[in-house]
Amino acid sequence: MSQENRIPMTPIWNHEDTSRIPFWAYTNEDIHKQELEKFFYKNHWCYVGLEAEIPQPGDFKLTVIGERSVIMVRHEDNSIYVVENVCAHRGMRFCREKHGNTKSFTCPYHQWNYDLEGNLQGVPFRRGVKQDGKVKGGMSKDFKTSDHGLTKLLVAERGGVVFASFDHDVESFESFLGPTMLSYFDRMFNGRKLTLLGYNKQRIPGNWKLMQENIKDPYHPGLLHTWFVTFGLWRADNRSELKMDEHFRHAAMISTRGSGGKDSQTTNVSSFKESMQLNDPSFLDVEVEPWWDGPTAVMMTLFPSVILQQQVNSVSTRHIQPNGHGSFDFVWTHFGYEDDTPEMTERRLRQANLFGPAGFVSADDGEVIEFSQQGFEQKPFHRSLAELGGKDIEETDHMVSETLIRGMYAYWRKVMGV
Amino acid sequence: MKTPLITTENYLKLTQFYQTYAAVVDQANWTAWLDMFVEDCVYKVQARENYDRNLPMAALSLTSKGMLKDRIYGITETIFHDPYHQLHMVSSPLILSESDQGVIESQANYTVFRTKNDGIAEIYNVGRYLDRLRITDDGIQIESRLCIFDNEMILNSLIYPI
Ligand code: FES
Ligand SMILES: [Fe+2]
Repeated sequence: MSQENRIPMTPIWNHEDTSRIPFWAYTNEDIHKQELEKFFYKNHWCYVGLEAEIPQPGDFKLTVIGERSVIMVRHEDNSIYVVENVCAHRGMRFCREKHGNTKSFTCPYHQWNYDLEGNLQGVPFRRGVKQDGKVKGGMSKDFKTSDHGLTKLLVAERGGVVFASFDHDVESFESFLGPTMLSYFDRMFNGRKLTLLGYNKQRIPGNWKLMQENIKDPYHPGLLHTWFVTFGLWRADNRSELKMDEHFRHAAMISTRGSGGKDSQTTNVSSFKESMQLNDPSFLDVEVEPWWDGPTAVMMTLFPSVILQQQVNSVSTRHIQPNGHGSFDFVWTHFGYEDDTPEMTERRLRQANLFGPAGFVSADDGEVIEFSQQGFEQKPFHRSLAELGGKDIEETDHMVSETLIRGMYAYWRKVMGV
Repeated sequence: MKTPLITTENYLKLTQFYQTYAAVVDQANWTAWLDMFVEDCVYKVQARENYDRNLPMAALSLTSKGMLKDRIYGITETIFHDPYHQLHMVSSPLILSESDQGVIESQANYTVFRTKNDGIAEIYNVGRYLDRLRITDDGIQIESRLCIFDNEMILNSLIYPI
């Protein structure tokens, strides 16, 4: 590309399909602002948390949609509300506790008080003060508390997972997911109560979409994650499928570990380590659970905000919280099910060593995302290539394809109008 | 709190032990690191939020020396990551309890700086070690070490033990 084409760098998608992705999609701050509006604040359901995080009436959890701070709270009547953490008076982000229990929300600045649904209940000095027999100050006559509640979000709960939307005209959560994704969602969240095991949090200096792409990319696990291959968890010949919703925004990578003889092909990189044994095999002490109904791993990407993980016995939600075009926080919430035995809980915790910011097969994902962003920033006029499995977008019965990434960008282009 | 009976000798041994640990991880001397643990040991790196709320999840949760060995294999042979150095500053230990059987429960604050190839040192992890240590004829060994860290947002990844 010539020097003239580089400056000024205008965001134009100059390729007929999505097998090429321009770097400006990751480096342009204006594009990032538009993404927040179009994906996180409009037309989409975003993840906020698990019901198990707020079991009692009055329990709340501070969380984030896109870059907007919101509070998920359980009402007296047990229903869940999500309100924006910005005071209706002078805009203060009033809630400072990450979680807690409360009867109402009060902004400390001027003590405006809101009920758990976000309705304004009281305003100090609303009717002024009496001095020398006269009423002085106070709110205007036409001031109505009902006009000044917190911003209320639409809430959807399913299987113990809570989603919210700033957009009150958004389609139903079920149609947002579509039938295929919904069936995998319901497989994991089949009505059993969830139990909270805890959090892992990491700040990854890369564009948030890279994390969606990472979990839509079955090309890398057998190559980057040497650990997977070394200890026999990843084989290119495992039975697997790639599925999407009709808009190609959400996806599922579904795989089933085979028995796999020594002669069957793994990947060419690490087969020399095939004889490696763990000193402590309990990392991989897998117990088949009835709800799996076959697949040993299902990784779902729900666009734009969350990844749902089942990797054998380890289950978690991974919440994407952007901060600027070049960084996002990645919050893992590990959980179990109410009928788990203590042994099963132990097993889930032990297998969690594979995942998260220190995980045997996840630490490297954060690293490659950081270095991808570095490449994009130094060469914003360039583009990446996603051509494995051709240029089309289609479901497959194998893992040797980047079709899910192409699908995501087809949807992204449509919504962004580029 | 009842003040434990501390002999000067034990306190000096303990201080030396904490500083040795810091030196060993700073030098990435993983064989020496493994030797500091008993066979049936626990090593966890856990966010303060999980610890304070009694949530069992930890960034790393290793419950046998075999697991520690497997972790070392992982960080030296399989995990891809940016090269970096660690530098630990460890405070004087605080003894919490001391048993007749030679088991000491103690803690110490730590700060870990990370320096990557660009040469910029950054504060990487701050917290406290919460330990159960055994004094033997061969010196002190770790039965259990919890690294409870305050900065729950890990700067991308955590590879080496702290
Ligand atoms: S800013 Fe919240 S009460 Fe004034
Ligand atoms: Fe990965």
